[in-house]
Amino acid sequence: MPERWFGKRFKRDEIQAQLSDVAEGLWVKCPKCAEIQYTAELARNLKVCKKCAFHFRLTARERIDLLADDGVLELWDEDLVTVNPLAFPQYLEKLESHRVNTGLTEAVVTGRASVGGIPVALGITDPHFKMGTMNSVVGERIARCAERAIDDDMPLILVCGSGGGARMEEGILSLMQMAKTSAVLGRFKRETRRFFISVLTDPSMGGTLASWASLGHVALAEPGAMVGFAGQRVSAQVQSGKTPANYQTSEFQEEHGQVDAVVHRKDLRDAITRILTWAA
Amino acid sequence: MLKNALDFEKPVAELDAQIDSLQEHMRSPGLEHWCRDHDRDYAAEIADLDNGLQQLKRDRERLMKDIFGKLTPWEKTQVARHKDRPHTIDLIRLLTDDFFELKGDRGFADDPAIIGGMATISGRPILIVGHEKGRDLKDKVRRNYGSAKPEGYRKAVRLMKLAERANRPVVTLIDTSAADSSLGSEERGISEAIAKAMEEMAMLRVPIIVVVIGEGGSGGAIGIGVGDRVVMMEHAVYSVIPPEGCANILWRDSARANEAADALKLTAQDALRLGVIDEVLPEPMGGAHRNAELTAIIIRDAVLASLDSLARLEPDALVEQRYQKFRKMGQWVVERAAH
Repeated sequence: MPERWFGKRFKRDEIQAQLSDVAEGLWVKCPKCAEIQYTAELARNLKVCKKCAFHFRLTARERIDLLADDGVLELWDEDLVTVNPLAFPQYLEKLESHRVNTGLTEAVVTGRASVGGIPVALGITDPHFKMGTMNSVVGERIARCAERAIDDDMPLILVCGSGGGARMEEGILSLMQMAKTSAVLGRFKRETRRFFISVLTDPSMGGTLASWASLGHVALAEPGAMVGFAGQRVSAQVQSGKTPANYQTSEFQEEHGQVDAVVHRKDLRDAITRILTWAA
Repeated sequence: MLKNALDFEKPVAELDAQIDSLQEHMRSPGLEHWCRDHDRDYAAEIADLDNGLQQLKRDRERLMKDIFGKLTPWEKTQVARHKDRPHTIDLIRLLTDDFFELKGDRGFADDPAIIGGMATISGRPILIVGHEKGRDLKDKVRRNYGSAKPEGYRKAVRLMKLAERANRPVVTLIDTSAADSSLGSEERGISEAIAKAMEEMAMLRVPIIVVVIGEGGSGGAIGIGVGDRVVMMEHAVYSVIPPEGCANILWRDSARANEAADALKLTAQDALRLGVIDEVLPEPMGGAHRNAELTAIIIRDAVLASLDSLARLEPDALVEQRYQKFRKMGQWVVERAAH
C-alpha cells in the first residue's frame, strides 16, 4: 500500500483536512498508512508515524524544539511587519487569521541558537503560515539572518517548509526576494568559511526552492517530503502518469543529485551536529 | 499592417485597411480614366482623396494614442506576448554587430530557449544573453516556447563567467512565460539552476544590464534578471505568477485573468513605482511589434547610457552597489514591540 501513497500525493487538501480534523483530537489517523494512533504518542515520536514513518509537518515551534539545544531560539527581527504593498484584496485579513492560528508574526522565524553546543544562525519557514510562502518580510528576515551569520562568523541553517514559493499577494516584490536571498547567500559563501546547511521538509516547492533552499553547502531532506519546482497541478506529465512514483519527493531529489542525504527526523539533529562539528 | 491584431487593436487595423485601400485607389491607373470619363479634374480629385487620407491618418494617430496610452494590465500582458513582438533573436540582430553565438552548458545540452554569445554594440564588446520563444511553430517547439531548462540557466552562467574573465559587460534580455517544469528539468535540478544563476549574477564582477523586453515570468525571468541596471519596455510585464494562474487560485476561473492582472501590479509602471526597476523605456507608438527597428534603437541607447555610467565603477564597488540594490527590495514596516 505505501507506494499508492505517492499516486495520491497531490490530494494535499484532503490530507490537510484530515490533519486538522485530528489535530485537536485524541486520535490521529496517518494519511499515508491509515494507522490510528494516540496524538500524545505521535508527538512523543516526533510526529512520525510509528508504523510507516510518515513525517507529519511540524510547526516552527516544534522544529525549534527538535533542533535547537534546550529548544531555545533567540528570535531576531520579529518587529518586521508585513504591509500590503499591492493593495491586494483581503491580504491583510487572511494574514491576521494565520497570525491568530499559528501564533507566528510571519511565515519564518529566525534567530540565534546552538545545535550540539555550536552557535548557529537558524531560520525556519512554517507551512502552517500561508503555506510558508516568501514575501518581503520573509525574504528580509532570511537575508538579515544570513548577514548576522556573516557578522558573527557562525554557520547558517535554514529549514524550508514552504509550499507556495514566492507569495502571490506581494507580486513582484516577493519574486525579488528570490534574488535578494540568493545574493545574500552568495555573500555568505564569499565572506565566511562557515557552512550553510539547507534542510528541506514537507513541502519545499517553487520560488523558495528556486532560491535560498537550493543553495546549501549541504542539503538534507526529511523522508517523503514534497520537494520540487512546479506545482503538480500545472504539470501535464504528472496528470498523464509519466512521472515516477517518487516524483518531487526528497528521495527523488536525492536520486538526482540535489540532496546530500535523506535523514529521518529522529536523526536530523545528530546529522546537523556531525556536519557542524566536522566543519568547525 | 499587422497580421495578428489583438482585439483592442482591431479598430486600428480597420483604419489601416481603409488607409490601404484608399492609397491603392489613388495609385490605380483606372482613376485617371474614370476622371476623364466623368469629366472630373484628376489633380483636384487626387487632392480631395488626399485630404481624406490625411484625415484617416490623423484619426489613426489619435486612436493609437487613445488605445495605447491607457492599456489595462491585462491588455499590456497581451501586448507583451504579441505574436509579432520582436524577440531576443530579432533584437540581437538589430542591436548588435558580429554576434557570435556560444552554446551549451558543458554538462548536459544546449538549451535553445536561452541564447547567448559575444557581440558588439556600437563598437563595444559585450556578452548578450536572452530568452528566445521562437517564431514559427517548429522553432517554438524547438525552443520550448522560451521556457528554459536547467541547462539554459547553466549556459547563461557559463557565458557570464566568460564575460567576467574578459572584463566585458553583460546584457540580458528577458522574455519568458516561465521556466520549464517538465520531468527532465526537475531531474536535472531546475530549482538549483535558477538559484545558482541569481547567486552568480549577484557576485559577477562586470556590469550587468537587464532589459525586460516582453514577458517577465516569475523564476524563469529573475533567473537571468539580477543586474546593476534593470529596465523594462513600456508594455512589458513582470510578475510572480501569470494572471491566468493567479485567477485560477483566487477564483478557480482563469477567464478572470484581467482582474488578476490588475491585482498583481505587473506592469512596467508598477515595477518602477515598487522600486524593482530603474527605468521604463518607451515603445514605438502602438507597441514594439509595430516597429522592431525603432525598438532596438531605444534599447541600444539605454544600454549605452547605462554602460557609460557603470564603467566608472571599480568591480568591488559595482558588486556592492548591485548587492545593495537587491538587498533593499521589498516593503514592510518596523513595529515597536507593544508592551
